[in-house]
Amino acid sequence: MASTEQETKGSVTLKGSSDLVKEYLDYGINSILYQRGIYPAETFVPAEHFGITMYMSTDEKIKSFLKSVLEQIRDWLCQKKMQKVSLIISNSATKEVLERWDFKVQYEGDGNATESGKTVGNKDFTLIQKEIRSVLRQISGTVSFLPLLDCLCTFDLQVYTVTDCEVPQEWDETQPCFIANAQEMPLRTFSTSLHRVETHVSYKAE
Amino acid sequence: MCVCVCVCVCVINVIAYQVNQEQPPDDELKSPTQKEIERIMSENLHGGDIKNMRILSYRNKAPGAPDGFLNPLKVVYSHSKAPASVKRISRYIPQTPDRILDAPDIMDDYYLNLIDWSPNNILAVALGANMYLWNAGTGKIQQLLTLEGSDYVCSVSWIQEGSSLAVGTSMGVVQLWDCSSLRQIRAMGGHSARVSSLSWNSYILSSGSRSGQIIHHDVRQRDHCVAELSCHTQEVCGLKWSPDGRYLASGGNDNMLYIWSAVAGQAYSEPQPLHALSSHQAAVKALAWCPWQPNILASGGGTADRCIRFWNCNTGSCFNVIDTKSQVCALQWSTTYKEFISGHGYANNQLVIWKYPSMTKVTELTGHTARVLHLAMSPDGTTVLSAGADETLRLWKCFAPDPVKKKKETTDSKATISLFHGIR
Repeated sequence: MASTEQETKGSVTLKGSSDLVKEYLDYGINSILYQRGIYPAETFVPAEHFGITMYMSTDEKIKSFLKSVLEQIRDWLCQKKMQKVSLIISNSATKEVLERWDFKVQYEGDGNATESGKTVGNKDFTLIQKEIRSVLRQISGTVSFLPLLDCLCTFDLQVYTVTDCEVPQEWDETQPCFIANAQEMPLRTFSTSLHRVETHVSYKAE
Repeated sequence: MCVCVCVCVCVINVIAYQVNQEQPPDDELKSPTQKEIERIMSENLHGGDIKNMRILSYRNKAPGAPDGFLNPLKVVYSHSKAPASVKRISRYIPQTPDRILDAPDIMDDYYLNLIDWSPNNILAVALGANMYLWNAGTGKIQQLLTLEGSDYVCSVSWIQEGSSLAVGTSMGVVQLWDCSSLRQIRAMGGHSARVSSLSWNSYILSSGSRSGQIIHHDVRQRDHCVAELSCHTQEVCGLKWSPDGRYLASGGNDNMLYIWSAVAGQAYSEPQPLHALSSHQAAVKALAWCPWQPNILASGGGTADRCIRFWNCNTGSCFNVIDTKSQVCALQWSTTYKEFISGHGYANNQLVIWKYPSMTKVTELTGHTARVLHLAMSPDGTTVLSAGADETLRLWKCFAPDPVKKKKETTDSKATISLFHGIR
């Protein structure tokens, strides 16, 4: 047991950690889109990851949108430039913001610099997976208290970065979105020992 | 020409100045406290100072949901919201009890049945080893019996007509008392554990015990034990004959509800249940038969279940269910209105009056500081008595007839009387 611990310890690099956070966001966002009934359930297929089954969109447009955004987010995570991603769910007719999911990222510890200059975390991979799994389960469970989205909705992702971040092509600066009279609910937090991700959901109080 | 240009430039300058004046640069004119407030607000809203952040979004947005798409969760949400609403009612229900009686040492045991209100308006209350009779008309209190040693009363039940009272004890004996003369008539054995539930059907007294056994006693015979039912595997805490004597309902700590049909021409039941109903997730103590539809039974489950279910006993189907969000300790139907009342435990220890068959909440009656253990109805149907684990008995005049309707009835009867007079 001790030997395997030794092997898995310190195995998380900054790049690997960014990949994990990206995967979490991918599965988390897809889960939200499915569980909140924003798109038809038949456009989702079950996929097993992190030891649980989640539903992933098969809509090509949604897939390519998420792919481009999440690739960019991963780069920013590697450069430690991103602070927060917000998933905005709004009424497609009135543009009113109905729900906001915030994924706040904190950069933890300097990690141990290895000979090659890379920063490495020291957290067991299975433990990280377990933490991510419990957040994803909580996301599914939120259906029990979040108000019904009783209209056609769209979603958007807003990325909060540091000021010295370059705006890549096809990206625009926007204004933050708020919900009038909002209720906020914090979900569990997970940490890869390099990135610490807090998940919050804000919704319109009835 | 030259002058003209000059004036123009001047005017433009003035306008520019005015614009500048109207919208001065943010930071210069604001007080430090105002800046601080803005900073804190921004931190709360954005999770950081917005000035040190850039908010970016991808230009090619994700598509919206297809036209005409309806959120599939709508069904789930609308379903769960229904029973929570409190419907406006036209009649007045007093929110405080009419009377509060002390019930010292009443046993706080979910599985027992310690009060019963007779058709002669006498309330029987078991307090530990003692049995008291309270005459609701005169307020007179009599002590009927005191059990000896560590024995205590577990269940009481009045016969449908007359002054006989059945008392089940923790030793497994069922005693029969004549309450007009305060004398014991007989004692009937047969149970190996405490007798926690009793129900009469004419001359048959059915008793349920902690062992799960139900015995039908014919109180007229020397060999009183006419039938034994052993389906329950744990304590039988709810036992009720239907008002027409056709069905017996029994609920147990094994989360089972059994419906037994009466043997043709007899007052006791078949040895095999007609229906075995396993929908409750906790002990089934609260049982009540509908007074106007004799095949309808309401049953309530304990803490892990919290549901009131409605059964059609002819078919054995559950046709309605209410999630009450609280342990259901007791149920009573109103004989005055198409309503029923339920007694609850944690968190509010309240009584809830529900409309039937719409299952909407009419009102909630709060006041008990511990769970409501038992409910009993006065013979005139106006008053509900609740016995709480807070050692109080509370009388709620919640089913008093509508004064307007009552007036009409009395004038009607007067009219008929005067009509008779007229004929004479």
